[in-house]
Amino acid sequence: MSDVLIEARNLSVHFPLRRLGFGERPVVRACEGINIEIEKGSFFGLVGESGSGKTTLGRAMLKAAPISLGEITYSDTDVTYDLGSLKGLELKEYRKRAQLIFQDPYAALSPRMTVRDIIAEPLEVMGITSSRAETDEKVREIAAKCRLNLEHLRRFPHAFSGGQRQRISIARALVSDPKFIVADESVAALDVSIQADVLNLLNSIQEESGITFLFISHDLSVIAHTCNFVAVMYLGQIVEAAPTHKLFSETAHPYTRALLSAIPSLDPDVRGHAQKLEGEIPSPINPPPGCRFNTRCPHAQERCRTEVPEWREMSSGHHVACHFSEELSAEFGT
Amino acid sequence: MTSPLISVKDLTLRFKTDEGLVTAVNNVSFDIAPGEVLGLVGESGSGKSVTAKALMMLNAENSVYDDNSHITLNLDGEDIEVLSLKRPQDQMIIRGGAISMIFQEPMASFAPAITIGDQMVEQLLIHSDMTPAQAKDISIEMLTRVGIPEPAQRFGQYAFEFSGGMRQRAMIAMALSTKPRLLIADEPTTALDVTIQAQVIELMKDLVDEFHMSILFITHDLGVIAQTVDRVAVMYLGNLVETGTVRQVINSPAHPYTRGLLNSLPKLDDLEAPLTPVPGDIPSPLDRPSGCVFHTRCVESGAIAEKCRTEIPVYSSDSANHQVACHLATQGEQS
Amino acid sequence: MTDTATIEETDVNVDQSAKEAYFTAGQGQLIWSRFKKQRAAMVGAGVLILLVLSGLFAPFLTPYDPTIEGRNADYQNGAPNIPKFWDENGFSFRPFIYTYERTRSIETNFRWVTKVNRDKRRYVVLFPEGDKYTLAGITFRTHLFGVDEGKIHLFGTDATGKDIYSRTFHSINTSLAVGTIGVLIAFVLALIIGGVSGYYGGWTDSVLQMITDAVRTVPAIPLFMAIAAFIPDTVSSEGRFFIISIILGFIGWPTLARRVRTHLLTERNQEYVLAAQLCGASPGHIIGRHLLPSFTSYIIVDLIISFPYMVLSETALSFIGLGLKEPVNSLGVMLQNVTKADVLLNYQWNFIPVIFFIVLVLAFVFVGDGLRDAADPYADTKK
Repeated sequence: MSDVLIEARNLSVHFPLRRLGFGERPVVRACEGINIEIEKGSFFGLVGESGSGKTTLGRAMLKAAPISLGEITYSDTDVTYDLGSLKGLELKEYRKRAQLIFQDPYAALSPRMTVRDIIAEPLEVMGITSSRAETDEKVREIAAKCRLNLEHLRRFPHAFSGGQRQRISIARALVSDPKFIVADESVAALDVSIQADVLNLLNSIQEESGITFLFISHDLSVIAHTCNFVAVMYLGQIVEAAPTHKLFSETAHPYTRALLSAIPSLDPDVRGHAQKLEGEIPSPINPPPGCRFNTRCPHAQERCRTEVPEWREMSSGHHVACHFSEELSAEFGT
Repeated sequence: MTSPLISVKDLTLRFKTDEGLVTAVNNVSFDIAPGEVLGLVGESGSGKSVTAKALMMLNAENSVYDDNSHITLNLDGEDIEVLSLKRPQDQMIIRGGAISMIFQEPMASFAPAITIGDQMVEQLLIHSDMTPAQAKDISIEMLTRVGIPEPAQRFGQYAFEFSGGMRQRAMIAMALSTKPRLLIADEPTTALDVTIQAQVIELMKDLVDEFHMSILFITHDLGVIAQTVDRVAVMYLGNLVETGTVRQVINSPAHPYTRGLLNSLPKLDDLEAPLTPVPGDIPSPLDRPSGCVFHTRCVESGAIAEKCRTEIPVYSSDSANHQVACHLATQGEQS
Repeated sequence: MTDTATIEETDVNVDQSAKEAYFTAGQGQLIWSRFKKQRAAMVGAGVLILLVLSGLFAPFLTPYDPTIEGRNADYQNGAPNIPKFWDENGFSFRPFIYTYERTRSIETNFRWVTKVNRDKRRYVVLFPEGDKYTLAGITFRTHLFGVDEGKIHLFGTDATGKDIYSRTFHSINTSLAVGTIGVLIAFVLALIIGGVSGYYGGWTDSVLQMITDAVRTVPAIPLFMAIAAFIPDTVSSEGRFFIISIILGFIGWPTLARRVRTHLLTERNQEYVLAAQLCGASPGHIIGRHLLPSFTSYIIVDLIISFPYMVLSETALSFIGLGLKEPVNSLGVMLQNVTKADVLLNYQWNFIPVIFFIVLVLAFVFVGDGLRDAADPYADTKK
């Protein structure tokens, strides 16, 4: 499939922890057996709660988290990289093509650098431009694209609001002409009235330059509006992945269903309809056996506690990992 | 018509900073009736947290209250003027006594080196004269009530041994153990996962019924507001722009800011609709706009833009209980 | 609720440029503007600058050579000469002091006795030629003030006749110099060891921390006694001076190193560091462009605060005889003289240098505190 930009096969990311006392070293199984394909030019959404491993997956795709098992392959028109073995010059090249937008606009900008320097830094470090004039030109171009006031380039980050800082972060990510951008909870820390603005900016950038976005969020409604493909993660695994409209109209996994219903409705007359999931999210150090969701799933059976569900295709582009998705899908049917 | 539990009138609060006197809350008035859940909605810089803290006199030392600001707490027929309470003994009634508060970050609100149980007992011992044994019993009972499994065991554990949702429940248990009349909840579910959020909201609504207490629910999440509260007050840059029942404000919003907020939310029932943000940025509190505080971002002012820029709109009601501060809205009524 | 508001007349341009200045202010400027507002710190800074300058220009400000060569053999253990403008003999525009004559005779049991001759006045002169001294390689002879005949001792003299006033100012110089060298050495060591420890973490950090703690637990006094015993007497006083400074530096680095390490450990987990790493920036670039500037302010504060400790250490050591010795001047050396009961009872003016010492340390402390308060607020300009 030549229009897949990034592909993960059986990817696992484990973080070993300090051993407390004797016995086996505890391991945080942040990601386990991930299989996804992100198509070129798509706006791919990754949704999950805490402990789902979505941030780790995003970082692994940028080679900012170690790959313990499996592989990630980046294939563009001119190059193909296996992220596990990427180093040296090839790694530098990859860094130009894959960038990250952070969640916290207050921590993501170096407080002692001017905005111009912050945006220019990737250009200078990666040696993309050769003269100061060229750098300045490029900085101005990108700043204008992100609707930053050019006079503000002289200012320091403390002068800006959250939404403006996030736009500076976006500008910094765009300046090296990347092909792939991971937006890690990029609007979570912003006010609602600004969120929409930043989301629209990301969308317009995507339409204009065809950059592939991996949009990570815990907010399913935000993802639903911006992404054309969604993958749902729970405790380190992807439980369901489908084109957006299919995820909503043909929900197949009980967790997705619970997630959808837990979103508070804006209709005051529709109250108490949220499906309440009992229990807490288990720890990724000690995930439940079998299907990881079985401790909280309202439809759990004996089989779920012992057998790990297979990642299979229900319909075109729609994958799910659940033993009973066919029966449940009929039940869920909207 | 029962008198309100707490009545805030013309609350104006400024802070002394390096850059001068910054107005955080500007002429805010609202009432909370006993047993009512009032939602205070606003974004950053709206002043909602500062307003809530004023009810418990928790604001920093550099806060300056205006002389004609009044916060009146009505307890058993007796009126207490909160802003005039100066001595710590007097302030106890508003701090954990009749008014209790829960915060956004439960991890930051519990002392890390003291067990949860000890903290809960401490709260009870300060506000009542029960014995430590009695306090422990009541605390464990509260933990059970908020749905924490194995409460007796959890009583002796530390904050880091609890998960996020459970910590928030423990926080609610601690706040409610003194049986307050008013619970101030400052963004209690913002830091929680959405499935846990649903649980906590459900819990809070049950407790309102059971304890017959009022809640001042502060959040920026309109969905949570729609699901939880009876009445809503919308704040922008320190001003109250609209107040009404939740149905009035959400279904027929009268202020352009409220309309803008509702429009900018992604709605699950219409995935194709474009997201329309409220244009511009929230002005810095150092730079308060003249006239109507929202006029710099209002797209609906149209013909009367000049008036919006120069005149501060009066807070008026069009129908019972639905008040708004907007020239456009008042103009619409008159015509 | 107010009904209408009047249109406020604000000077928009002035407001705007002030705000713009705030927005474009670099970290140094922000700290300075905050520092200016603290009165105690500004006073401390003024006093500090005054003392440092007077130490630097000590040879000019003081009338005589502080060493044994400039002593006044006729006026040993002499009380301070305070210039007067008026006495029973009349008024004078020029300040004057009395002549002191030393006589010895059978009446005084052949002990030297100093007598005041109130009729013979000695007038204070400005810019006289006096003992030679060199500043920056150029030899001068002019001093700020002196007397037309004999010598003037504003703070009195010590047992050998050396002018205490001159010695005090020269000693400020010495103490500051020792302190500076000590702080610099400590700083360089702390930066390297703390820096490597903080940036790399893990095993490197654990090992280096163990070394740091080990060094810190070494008790200073016995160590100095041991080293002092090893320094041969043949080493010149300057040489001794340098060795003492270096030793102070080697003892002082653990505290500073720990600070540097803590700063680095917190800062390197910040997201903007990750952002730089994702651009492929080298560790050197990250440290230089991101990490160092973020804690330069703290380091400067740490330096200024450790200064008085260096000065105190040197003073204490010299006082008990393990540090600098005569003829090198330092505050500690001068304080060596005050341990005798004789001095305590009769020649109290030997204590005047103590006042200078206290003022110097206090000035450092106020400035350091003020800087620390000014530097910190920058860290929490968050929502």
